Formats: sequence, structure tokens, C-alpha cells
Amino acid sequence: MAESAHSQTADAHAAGGTRRDFLVITGNALLGIGAVAAAWPLISSMNPARDVLAAGAPIDVDLSSLQPGQQILVLWRSRPIFIVHRTPAELKKLQDPQDISLLRDPDSNVLQQPPYVKNWHRSIKPEYLVLVGICTHLGCIPEFMPQPGGSLGPAWLGGYFCPCHGSRYDLSGRVFSGVPAPYNLPVPPHHFVSGTTVRIGENPTTSPFDFDSIEQI
Amino acid sequence: MAVSQNKLVQWIDHRLPVFTFLDHELNQYPTPKNLNYWWNFGSLAGVMLTIMIVTGVFLAMQYTPSVDDAFQSVERIMREVNYGWLMRYLHMNGASFFFIVTYIHIFRGLYYGSYKAPRELLWMLGVVILLLMMMTAFMGYVLPWGQMSFWGATVITNLFSAFPGIGNDIVTWLWGGFAVGNPTLNRFYALHYLLPFVIFAVVGLHLMALHQHGSNNPLGIDRKGPQDSVPFHPYYTYKDMFGLSAFLIVFAIVVFYFPNLLGNPENYIPANPMQTPPEIVPEWYLLPYYAILRAIPNKLLGVCAMFASIFVLFIVPWLDTSKVRSAYFRPIYKWVFWLLVIDAFALGAVGAHRPEGIWIVIGRVGTIYYFLHFLVLMPLIGWFERPLPLPPSIAEAVLKKRGGGALAGAAATRTKP
Ligand code: HEM
Ligand code: FES
Repeated sequence: MAESAHSQTADAHAAGGTRRDFLVITGNALLGIGAVAAAWPLISSMNPARDVLAAGAPIDVDLSSLQPGQQILVLWRSRPIFIVHRTPAELKKLQDPQDISLLRDPDSNVLQQPPYVKNWHRSIKPEYLVLVGICTHLGCIPEFMPQPGGSLGPAWLGGYFCPCHGSRYDLSGRVFSGVPAPYNLPVPPHHFVSGTTVRIGENPTTSPFDFDSIEQI
Repeated sequence: MAVSQNKLVQWIDHRLPVFTFLDHELNQYPTPKNLNYWWNFGSLAGVMLTIMIVTGVFLAMQYTPSVDDAFQSVERIMREVNYGWLMRYLHMNGASFFFIVTYIHIFRGLYYGSYKAPRELLWMLGVVILLLMMMTAFMGYVLPWGQMSFWGATVITNLFSAFPGIGNDIVTWLWGGFAVGNPTLNRFYALHYLLPFVIFAVVGLHLMALHQHGSNNPLGIDRKGPQDSVPFHPYYTYKDMFGLSAFLIVFAIVVFYFPNLLGNPENYIPANPMQTPPEIVPEWYLLPYYAILRAIPNKLLGVCAMFASIFVLFIVPWLDTSKVRSAYFRPIYKWVFWLLVIDAFALGAVGAHRPEGIWIVIGRVGTIYYFLHFLVLMPLIGWFERPLPLPPSIAEAVLKKRGGGALAGAAATRTKP
């Protein structure tokens, strides 16, 4: 009996399908859609909740006591933010063609910063650098090592060194070639509300920028 | 035939045949008579899984999954809870011993060709268990919320950011926030509780596949008849129990005298999201994969190589072209096998050191050799190697080795006293 039912279906198949085929195919398709619909809320619930998203409000930082050559670390959206006051000598080194030739993306072509800081110093005011202090390799916090040479050897030009897997960045957060980190350190949206007060997490009113569009935090 | 003279047992078995099932799978279950001690490690892994689940459930009664309280709650388990130190040290070292026995179990399979037909699915289910164990152990290590917990979690979850396009979204989704934080800890706790039971279920499938064709054996030839096997009980129940006793002595020595031998002191410092420790090292059982990750100076390729190093195990049954299972009869593969063991240890050492100087070189050579072993040597050696002649049957090989007759008594008792 099973045999004859089988050959019947086979014949029907040759003829272009039966009512049963139709029911089986639509039934399975609906089941698949239903499964996806049921999985969606579960998967979506694991994304950042609304209160987590709301906690990303901008913060103001007063830089008046930050001396040239110093760095401070603040928290924004539970991420470490580096703010550096660079010296004129350090700024000059950022333009040295020989140093630039060692960088992976010297012109900041990858979208790792808002367009208003896509310049040679990667900042709004040349002396004040603002970076997300998260290594673009696997997320460690790079160490601020502004002095050339030292424990990293004579070839070290000064910048950031990541202790986890040895990625190196210069003093504008641009990554050197030949290290595991693929991209420059990201620059968060920021602007100056007064001469020495920077607001992190907000763009200058004239230049909209979506922080989430950054290639990689 | 009834499994027992006991009327109650018979009454139950007639309705729910658990006794028949156990009798069939644990008592009569015919097993090759020549298994050596390398065959103990499967049951040892089962014992470890049980120890992990039991100690884990009791730890969970005292543990608080919140970034503010987790570290303190684990310290409270250590200092205030009756025998809390024992449960934590058993659980913490249990994870390491679980991996030790599992790795030995896997290398046993590689040496004796236990992955070859008809045991391909048995082997692949084992690789699934290994993957689930690594996920479980990784998430468990995050729970005490020390420095290594936090930064290990950061580095490992960030691996997914290497995927082009959707990488960042995946990582944010994994975290439930913009960094490893409270939502991450909570979901890791939920999954750390769940996954061991998933492992338990997959172990069930693993055993089902095992009992379909029975154990492989050191000679790697099929059982040809009853003269080649003995019933599982009492022969292997007792052999397993002897091995278990020896194993538990070693386990107890570590738990009671060197409980922090395999741990990282950095994890007794509470997590600090603003300060990366000078060096981030995973638990020892993940070091070889970590070495492979770092051997390649390109993020995406490094991550791919690391995943590939585990996924390659899935296709081992098809990479090995030799018809002979046991390396005992394979004069070339035998040596290559030991090179792989050395390679695994070398990669482990590389994973424990900063990627500098000689370690970079060893890491790269080791990584290349690892893939060379599976992708090139395994298929090639199977083609040109001339295996030694196989014995006609397990019984004959065993009797010959023992000078004949010595095992006649054992053979006669195979139908159980
Ligand atoms: C496959 C089995 C398991 C493995 C490999 C495993 C592994 C681990 C590891 C490596 C740790 C960190 C230990 C430390 O450094 O303190 C841990 C912690 C923990 N595990 Fe498990 N675990 C397993 C099963 C379970 C189960 C079934 C439960 C609960 C039902 C559980 C509950 C816990 C709890 C509450 C902690 C935090 C307390 C502590 O850190 O000691 N585990 N686990
Ligand atoms: S996380 Fe910075 S180098 Fe890997």
C-alpha cells in the first residue's frame, strides 16, 4: 500500500505536484517563518536595553589643568576616553614623512573618526587629542608611552602600546603597519563648549555624525 | 529473560524498561578484551562532568551574578560558607582536570584511529562536546569577576569584531552594552548554568553512537566474534574504577595541596575596566588556540585560523586516507602523531608568553605544522605508507602476546559467571 501511494506521488510529481505537495511546502514554509518570528524577540532581548542606551549621554571635561605632555582618562558610555595635551614637538613629529611612512592608514581614510577630525592631527584643536582608548585589535586599553625609545627599544617613536598583543599607535592614535590591530584608534564625537572645556559624545552643531557608523570601536 | 528475580524490578521493567536497558548497555555490553588504560579516559570525563555539575549547583546557591557583588560573593564562598572553599576548589580545578582527561581522550582517538568508519559521528559529537566545554569554561571563568575574568571576556568577545560588516553589532549584542558589563555577566551566568546540561545531552548521543558499534581497541581491528570480547561488567567496570581511584588521588592532591597551581593570581584582583593587566593569558587549556590566534599578524586571518584549528577536527575522519585504524601498525603515522603532541605542547608554551622574539617564530612554525599535520600529512601518509600486517583477530593477537593459553580462563568466563 505504502508502495502504491509512493508511486502515485511520484507520478503526480512528474505531472507537476499534488495538493499534498502544496500543503507540505506551504506548511513547512510557514513553520520556518514562525520559527524565525519566535526567535527574533529572544535574540533582540540580548541587545543593549533602553536604559543602557540612555546612559550614553554626553559628558563635559575641563581641560584647564591638563599640562602639555599629559593624558587623562575619562569614562563615556562605559568606555575609556583618552584626552591628551600634546606638546609642539610631538605635533611636529606627527608630520614627519619618515614616521608617516610606517603607518597603516596615515590619512585616516578608514572611518574611525568623525569627518571634522579627518586631518593630520586627528583632532579639532591640534594640541587636544580625544580618543576612545580601546585597541582595535581585541579591546585592551593601550598604554600611553609618549617618550621615544625606552623599554620598547630604540625604534619606538612614542605613542600608544597595547600590552595584550603588542599593537602600536602614534600620538594621534594612528596604527603602525605590521601589528595585529587593523585600524586607527577611534575618535568619539566631541566639541569644545568653551576654550578648555570639551563635551564628549556630542558633535559640533554644524557637522552631524553617527558614532555607530565608525568602522570599529 | 528477566533482568532480576526481584518482583518489584520486574514490575517496573515491564512498564519502563530501564533495567533491561542498563543490563544491556552496562552489564552484558560486549567490549573488546584488549582495551588498555587509555580507554579509561572516557569514563573519567563522565565523572568530571558529574563533579562539575554537582559542585556547580551548590556554588550557584551562594554566588551573586552582579558586577558589584560577584567578586565578594566568591570570596564569601571561600571564607564564610561551610566547605565553600572545597566546592570552589573542586570546581576550579575540576575544570582543568576535565580538560586534561578530555585532551588525553582525544589524542587516544587520534592514535588508534577511533574516528574512522563506522565511528565518524561518534568522533564529531566528541568535537561538539569539546566546543561546548570551551564555551562553558570560558564563561565560568568570567563569573568570579577578577581582572582576568574581565579582560579575558573582553578579548575573547572582541574576536567576533573581526567579521567584516556585522562584527561590531555581534559584539554589542554579545555584551548587551557598550563594554563587558553587568548584562554580560548575567547572561554568561545563565549560559554557564545551561551549557553543562547540553553537554550532558550530547554525551548521551556520544554514548549512543559508541554502543552502536562498540569500542575501538588498541589493534584497531573489528571484533569478529564472541571470542574477541568480554562483557563490560565486571571486566571494565572494575578496570574503570581502578583508573578512577588513581585519578582521584592526583585530583585530590592538587585540590588540597596546590589549589591555585593552575590558576592565575591576577584573578584575585577585582575587575577594573580602566586598567588592562600587563599580560592577558587565558586558562592553560585554551593556550594553544590563543597561540594560533596571535601567530598571524592579521586580525581576521588570526581569528579564522583559531576557529579553523578546532573545526579541522570535524573532518579528520575524511582527511585520514589510511584504511588501517591503529597507529600500532602504521610505521610513519606513529611518529607524525607524536610530533603533533609535541606541537600542541609547544603552542601551549607560546600562548603563555608575550609574543616577542623566539616565541613569535615558534608560534608561527607551530601553527603551520598544526595545519600541515591535518591537511597535508594525514591524507598523504595514508596514500604512501605501507602498514604492517594486521593480526587475523583480537583473540589470536592477545593469546600470542601472552604466550597462548594464559587468557583461556578469561576467554571461558566471557559468558559471565
Ligand atoms: C562543563 C562543566 C563546567 C565547567 C567546565 C565549569 C567551569 C568553571 C570555571 C572554569 C569557573 C571559574 C572558577 C574560578 O576561577 O573561580 C566556574 C565558576 C562557576 N561555575 Fe562552573 N563549570 C561547569 C559546570 C557548572 C555548573 C553545572 C554550574 C551550576 C549549576 C556551575 C556554576 C558555577 C558558578 C556559580 C561559578 C562561580 C563561582 C566560582 O568562581 O567558583 N558550573 N565554572
Ligand atoms: S588587544 Fe591590543 S594588541 Fe590585541
